[in-house]
Amino acid sequence: MEHITLLIGIVIVTALVFDFTNGFHDTANAMATTISTGALAPRAAVAMSAVLNLLGAFLSIEVAKTISSGIIDEGSGIQPEVIFAGLVGAIIWNLLTWLAGLPSSSSHALMGGLIGATLAAVGTGAVNGDVVVMKVLIPALAAPLVAGIAAMCATRLTYRVTRNADEERTAKGYRAGQITSAALVSLAHGTNDAQKTMGVITLALVTGGALAPGSDPPVWVIASAGLAIALGTYLGGWRIIRTMGKGITDIQPPQGFAAQTSAAATILASSHIGFSLSTTHVCSGSVMGSGLGRKGGVVRWGTAGRMVAGWALTLPAAGGVAAGAALLAQQGNWGVTTVAVLTLALCGAIWLRSRRAPVDHTNVNEVEPAAAPEAAGIPSPAAEPAPGREPESEPAGVVTTAIRAVSPPPPPAGVSAGAGGSAEETAGAEAASHSASHPTAHSTGRAASASSLS
Amino acid sequence: MDIDWAALGQVFGVSLVATVGLVGVFTLGIVAGSPRAAGSAPSALARTGAYACYAVCLAAVAYGIYLIAA
Repeated sequence: MEHITLLIGIVIVTALVFDFTNGFHDTANAMATTISTGALAPRAAVAMSAVLNLLGAFLSIEVAKTISSGIIDEGSGIQPEVIFAGLVGAIIWNLLTWLAGLPSSSSHALMGGLIGATLAAVGTGAVNGDVVVMKVLIPALAAPLVAGIAAMCATRLTYRVTRNADEERTAKGYRAGQITSAALVSLAHGTNDAQKTMGVITLALVTGGALAPGSDPPVWVIASAGLAIALGTYLGGWRIIRTMGKGITDIQPPQGFAAQTSAAATILASSHIGFSLSTTHVCSGSVMGSGLGRKGGVVRWGTAGRMVAGWALTLPAAGGVAAGAALLAQQGNWGVTTVAVLTLALCGAIWLRSRRAPVDHTNVNEVEPAAAPEAAGIPSPAAEPAPGREPESEPAGVVTTAIRAVSPPPPPAGVSAGAGGSAEETAGAEAASHSASHPTAHSTGRAASASSLS
Repeated sequence: MDIDWAALGQVFGVSLVATVGLVGVFTLGIVAGSPRAAGSAPSALARTGAYACYAVCLAAVAYGIYLIAA
């Protein structure tokens, strides 16, 4: 411990902040459908998830040993500044996607940040390109498919078996089952994702010379990583919960159970077999699958497309921010300080922006699909603006509109022109597609093509 | 580029079988444990069957926790 310099201290604090945003961001994975089907009250759901995340952090340190050594070559002179810059990129991307209510993978953000920072600071030689494809790109494509197909089959089956049963009675059983599956997802998340932070802190300690290479994370690292992720989970990324629980499809108790069980089974299978899939991708895929599996279920492909666009942007966006931060942080102490101050300012701005239309445990379930259920597979053509969503009237800035382009408004952009709220949305999306200076501006086009592909 | 198709296929197969199996068993438990008509209790056989289904699911959950901890 006595070898820890100020810089290493900053890296550790930043890693814990990232861990916090990770928990914050990923509450939705375990609890969104549990909250939207009413299986648990919102506060109770996030509290349970937080406790299980904390428990999960102490269960295993298997991943913590591999995350730091797989993608980036530790021997090629990775400095703490680089890790710091990578974390900054990941934190900023996590907060931006949270503001937009997009479930995106925190692990991808972290990997993107570390890759971007390493590329900028060390060069291409220090990044194992094969490992990136193997551990990031392929799983990102496979995860929603695997979980979605499993959830769809399970939803079909369970509706078929219970077609003669009393809906009220079965709903109780489904909710109990769903809580159990969600608990497993939370536990697995705590184990996997808290370990990533432990891995990063350990990597920082190793590069700073405070720990021998290849050593296990010390206990204080495990405890602080677990606490940070649990706190983030408890505070709850309600915006993302709303998107996952209400935005993608309207979830009934049987679907919630099938989706959550599929998510738990897929996550456990993938981590046990060693083909690690992102929890966020798995959970989003299973929610979509359960929407497809119910007769009359509607998947809002516009929202799903925005999510996929967000996933595609995660790696380059977090990497880009991290690369910039790395170049600045390498200039010495003033560079590191500048990056830290800029990060704090940006986080504050994002938080202030979020207060304009707060989403919390009181209104998390208020986005109601107004349109009657159409036949399965047909995208919902005109959902009316939801009562819970406040129409935004302030003049839209570049960042605002760009964020709105990837954010999931309940009514798909470009329909029902008569409704005030969605007309605003449409205008925002169009404005954003013209503001080519911002990377997210490309997402509208991608969202459209992705939705037609799926 | 070395893509581990075998592992991916395995993940897909295991996830599909585990999900459909567990959801199926649990649904059977729900159906067996709920009364056929309003007012009548399920028969002893149906109730035993329901408990057996739930026991299978509990075992699966325990195995899941074991996998997380291992």
